[in-house]
Formats: sequence, C-alpha cells, structure tokens
Amino acid sequence: MSSRRSRSRPSGASRITDDQIADLVSKLQQLLPELRNRCSDKVSAAKVLQETCNYIRNLHREVDDLSERLSELLATTDTAQAAIIRSLLMQ
Amino acid sequence: MESFVSDDHVESNCGTSSSSSSSSVEPKRKRRRIESSDDVEENEKAAYRTVKRWRTERDQRIYSSKLLQALRHVRGRSRTRSSWRGREVRDTADRVLAVSAKGATRWSRAVLASSLSLRLNRRHRKAKVAVAGCNRLKKKTVETITTKKKLPAVEKKLRVLGRLIPGCRKASCLNLLEEATDYIAALEMQVRAMASLAEILSAAQQQQQPPADDRLGANIAS
Repeated sequence: MSSRRSRSRPSGASRITDDQIADLVSKLQQLLPELRNRCSDKVSAAKVLQETCNYIRNLHREVDDLSERLSELLATTDTAQAAIIRSLLMQ
Repeated sequence: MESFVSDDHVESNCGTSSSSSSSSVEPKRKRRRIESSDDVEENEKAAYRTVKRWRTERDQRIYSSKLLQALRHVRGRSRTRSSWRGREVRDTADRVLAVSAKGATRWSRAVLASSLSLRLNRRHRKAKVAVAGCNRLKKKTVETITTKKKLPAVEKKLRVLGRLIPGCRKASCLNLLEEATDYIAALEMQVRAMASLAEILSAAQQQQQPPADDRLGANIAS
C-alpha cells in the first residue's frame, strides 16, 4: 500500500518546501503595500522579510493608537449609545 | 461565491477547532481514492479562501459587533476600576480577533492561550504550566529540518519575524511565512474595524454634546 522510502524523504521534503517557500514569499510580497508595484524578480527574500517586519510593527503601532483613542471615547459615551452604534454597524 | 464561503465560516462559529480538525480528516480519505483533479480544485478553493479570508465586508462587520460586545462585557465587569486603559482595549481587540480566526492559525491559538493563562494565574499558579503544556500538544505543525543553506541575513530576519508574531518563536520557515500572511491580513482588518468604530463613536459623541445647535453641530462634526 505504501511505497514510501524513508531515505528519500528529507531531500524530497526540501524540494517541495523550496517551491512552497518561493510561493509564500511572493504571496507575502503581494500583501505588502510598498512592494506590490515592483517587479517580483528584483525583490529578494531578505527585503520582503524586512518589509514584512516593518509593516507588522506599523500595524501594531496603529492598533495601539486606535485602542488609546477608543479607550478615551468609550470613557465618555453612554452605554445606551452602544446599542445605537451596534445597530448602525449591523446595517 | 464569496458569500457562500463566508457562510461556511459563520456556520461553524462555535469557536472550537474541532470542526476544522474533523473536516481535515475527511479530505485525506477522499484523496486516496479520487484523482489529482479534485486535489487541484480543493487547492484552488483553499487558496481563494485564504485570499478573501479577512477582506470581506461581512467579516469586518462580524468582528466589529463582536468587539463591541466584548468591550461592553469588560466594561460591565470592571466597574470598580477607574477608567479605560488603552492596554485593555488592545487586549480585548486581539482576543476577539483570535476568536474570529477560529483557532486555525498558530498565532490565534497563542493569543488565546496567553489570555487564558493570565486569567488562570490570578487564581491558580499551577494551571499556567498545564496550559503551556496543552499549547505544545495542540501544535499541528511539523518542524522540518531544511537541508538547504540559508543566508544568515535571511535567518536573522526570520527570527525577528518569529518574535513579532505571537506564538511563532520556534516555527519553521514555511509555517512562519504562512502565519505572517494570515496575521497581516487579520491585523489590517482589525485596524479598519477599529478606525471605523472610533469614527462612529466620535461622531455620535459630537452629536450628543450640543443638543440645541443640532444642525450646526452635525456639520462641524468632521
């Protein structure tokens, strides 16, 4: 039933993961706003990773700022308004 | 087709990862019997789902309403404490985001496990060890030993990335990249949802304050 050979498994796995890694790197590149417009050939993996780290740090900072702002806003609004807001959101 | 896919996600909304694990067992049995063409179809569907996963408006709306519920719940519980802190809001938002991920990704499991261990720590110290052990057991990923030589620069950046994404310190390169794509999309949705929530709240607040000059107040709002 299983014709697997345990010896060829490690090299077989690395052959598969090479393509998958390249695929994932290109997918990641599409997500990043800075690298989206450039040609995919010119961008190295290191640059993609660097931009990814920077982008994630930026997003973290934005989330922090937004949560500060939300905490200030929530401190002053009423609970009755939250119901109104939720009905607005569901539309 | 987009709504069809998101309906599937909403159906299995109970928050447990059991539904996703049971659905992953069945395709394995099917693949042995059926030819590779079905494999291609499944791969395409999976790819489509990952692309559109955090991007649809419906996902964002679901996240916003859940976030609001969670915030009200936390507020109701902490009446004794003085005021809202940014840290609380951030933790709540992260927790709701992780719940929306339905436990399919590593970072979501790590976020939920860390928040759970924090709560348990307040009561029982020993439970923290149990949760950490559970976390390791739940790990679905296989750590592959890559025989390919990687440049040290790339390796360093991979490690930095692993530190940034919660729960991915020891993940292999492949898993790390997968987690990164999902995490970035989820964070973008979180930012969009929180920004729109903040705008609505500020607009509502400004309408509330000048009750006499209602028409003028609404115009000055933005």
